[in-house]
Amino acid sequence: MSDTVSDKSLEDMSKSFALTTRLDAIAAWGQRNALWPLPYGTACCGIELMSVMGPKYDLARFGAEVVRFSPRQADLLVIAGTITEKMAPILVRIYQQMLEPKYVLSMGACASSGGFYRAYHVLQGCDKVVPVDVYVPGCPPTPEAVLDGVMALQKMIKDRTPRPWKEGWVSPYEINANTIPDTLTSSRVVDSMTRGSGV
Amino acid sequence: MSEQIAILKSDISVKFGDNAFKFSTTPVGDHVVEASKETVPALLRYLKEYAGYNFLMDVCGVDYPNREKRFDVVYHLFGSIDSRRLRVKTQVADGESIATATTVWKAADWFEREAFDLFGIKFSGHPNLRKILTHHQFVGHPLRKDYEADKQQHCSSVLPIHFDNTPEQRGDQLDSRYVPLNIGPSHPAMHGTLRVMVELDGETIVRAMPEIGYLHRCFEKMAETHPYNQVIPYTDRLNYCSAPMNNIGYCMAVEKLMGLEIPARAETMRVILCELSRIIDHIIAVGTGGVDLGALTAFFHLFTFREKVYTLFEKLCGARLTVAMTRVGGMAYDAPEGWFNDVLRFCDEMSDGVEEISKMLLGNKIFIKRTQNVCPVSAQDAIEWGYTGPLLRASGVNLDLRRAQPYYGYEKYDFDIPVGTAGDIYDRYLVRIEEMRQSIRIVRQACKNVPGGDYTVRDKGVVLPEKKDVYGNIEGLMNHFMLVIKGLRPPVGEIYSATEAANGELGFYLVSDGSASPYRLKVRPPCFAIYQSFPDVVKGSMLADAIATVASMNLIAGELDR
Repeated sequence: MSDTVSDKSLEDMSKSFALTTRLDAIAAWGQRNALWPLPYGTACCGIELMSVMGPKYDLARFGAEVVRFSPRQADLLVIAGTITEKMAPILVRIYQQMLEPKYVLSMGACASSGGFYRAYHVLQGCDKVVPVDVYVPGCPPTPEAVLDGVMALQKMIKDRTPRPWKEGWVSPYEINANTIPDTLTSSRVVDSMTRGSGV
Repeated sequence: MSEQIAILKSDISVKFGDNAFKFSTTPVGDHVVEASKETVPALLRYLKEYAGYNFLMDVCGVDYPNREKRFDVVYHLFGSIDSRRLRVKTQVADGESIATATTVWKAADWFEREAFDLFGIKFSGHPNLRKILTHHQFVGHPLRKDYEADKQQHCSSVLPIHFDNTPEQRGDQLDSRYVPLNIGPSHPAMHGTLRVMVELDGETIVRAMPEIGYLHRCFEKMAETHPYNQVIPYTDRLNYCSAPMNNIGYCMAVEKLMGLEIPARAETMRVILCELSRIIDHIIAVGTGGVDLGALTAFFHLFTFREKVYTLFEKLCGARLTVAMTRVGGMAYDAPEGWFNDVLRFCDEMSDGVEEISKMLLGNKIFIKRTQNVCPVSAQDAIEWGYTGPLLRASGVNLDLRRAQPYYGYEKYDFDIPVGTAGDIYDRYLVRIEEMRQSIRIVRQACKNVPGGDYTVRDKGVVLPEKKDVYGNIEGLMNHFMLVIKGLRPPVGEIYSATEAANGELGFYLVSDGSASPYRLKVRPPCFAIYQSFPDVVKGSMLADAIATVASMNLIAGELDR
């Protein structure tokens, strides 16, 4: 057995069945083409997000059709709609419950900056409490814009774009953070692979 | 109508003595009774029991900081037998309390809590006078004139499971015999922003309690700080499933207050928009209702038709969802060439779609078992809670403002009003699906008889001139400049104007002080009144039935929390 392997050179092997790649690159390929979004639709954008998922625009074409309402099963948090002050602690808790690697897409003006609600009960942008990777403008954004945002995120994953906003993030509500056991927030194996290669 | 008021006036004088109340009729024809706060409960009870005002539509506050008695408490009553409306107003000083109306109408419950939350008006005798829209760490009352619109207060925690107080039990004390369960706000059946807390005995609900306010975006405060036309985009985001209907409801209130008659073409276009919106709103209601019961196909199938309506809206104004298509005085744009034919073509496709969905859901054995005789609401209870729209009609009350108080020429159109019998969840979907058929009928009639002429009034003080005039001649430019700087200014006064939106009566109570932005704009959202009945409706039923009930109520957080 050992003889037959040593007889073949690496080059021969690649011609027959193997494909050479870096482990982190193939992990990123898998990640970006199989995003599992959690649709956090709080307002009007949630209705447009239905369009994105729906028959005409069909997010499934980009590998992100497995909509998960459980943060444990999702890796892309799509914040679609206004985040009010009352909602902010819940949003943070949902984000903390997601497993690594996780990404956040802020859909629409309200989620990104409070939009035209410069008002007493509206959080002026969800990035005040969670780290956002992609902002999609619009009120609400067209489905094309959301698809563009998802593609931008896929490119980020592919290029392993540094995400300093994410690395340095701590929960603004430390009390809630302590209620989640460490074991539940530990990273997936794939994540430690990507992180190992100098992100 | 004035005769009716004269009779009412003499009746009340006999009962309560002369000069107990001040009767008046506003220039726009709203009947108003002003009463002292001590007499209000007795007056409301009399009006309900003897004068035929069976609905309490709205309770709200208005703040006049410079007055001795700072707040107005305003009750809007409606009598369904002959569509009569009455406004009861009373004055309350800061710190004073007024007797609750919950003893007269159950519907007063959440409306009074809202007035307490936003104004600090105390209602003595109210069983659960707690905050409802703002978060629990919020200090102050934001709709008071001295609270700044953009003064934010951060919230750092979530309230634990709690319930309403009852005479037997305090709401914050859980019963150890039962299982407390929290559902939402991030839960697929809670549509993003609803939170329901229940106490379960096995799978049976012992107590239930909805918590709202997770999408309180301060619509009413925003309206007070923006000029009239800039409020229109905010109205889009009330019931965002059928945005044009909110535009139309709001513009109608402002136009009525200004005494503007909009051209016939604008009226017909508004009717078409209203009915298209009703169809797509019911698409969401029926589609997501199916999803919550586990039937995903209907949703995806129906969404194809929603996309077709989006395309029609896009042709008309460039936006898909939040369209802001009306202006005070008419429409923002005329319909492009061939648009009405496109609408007619859509009607043909939609008719087939409705039949398919009807077969797919209403004839489906599982759907029937999940919905028939589940959490029914009787006609009497529905009226008591202030139900309107499809839910009220599902309970067997034949009330539709398009028929009862026709506007925009609805009396000309030939359509039927579907009415249910049982008031259960099945009937609600039955009514909605039939309403889609009727809306298609109305749209067809309207599209075939679109009047010619202008799409908006051409009053220089109300409507901006067309762009070609603004860029083309000095008069147009001046006109544009003056209107933008000065704003359109309705006369001093107030009005309550209601339209039949997809969920029920959408009312706008507008108080103008003659300035360029509303002094007070209160929205009467249909699902707010409906949702407050939730704990009563689901009590004793299974948990899965409560999920079906939430879905059938079609709660749209934008208008629920505003």
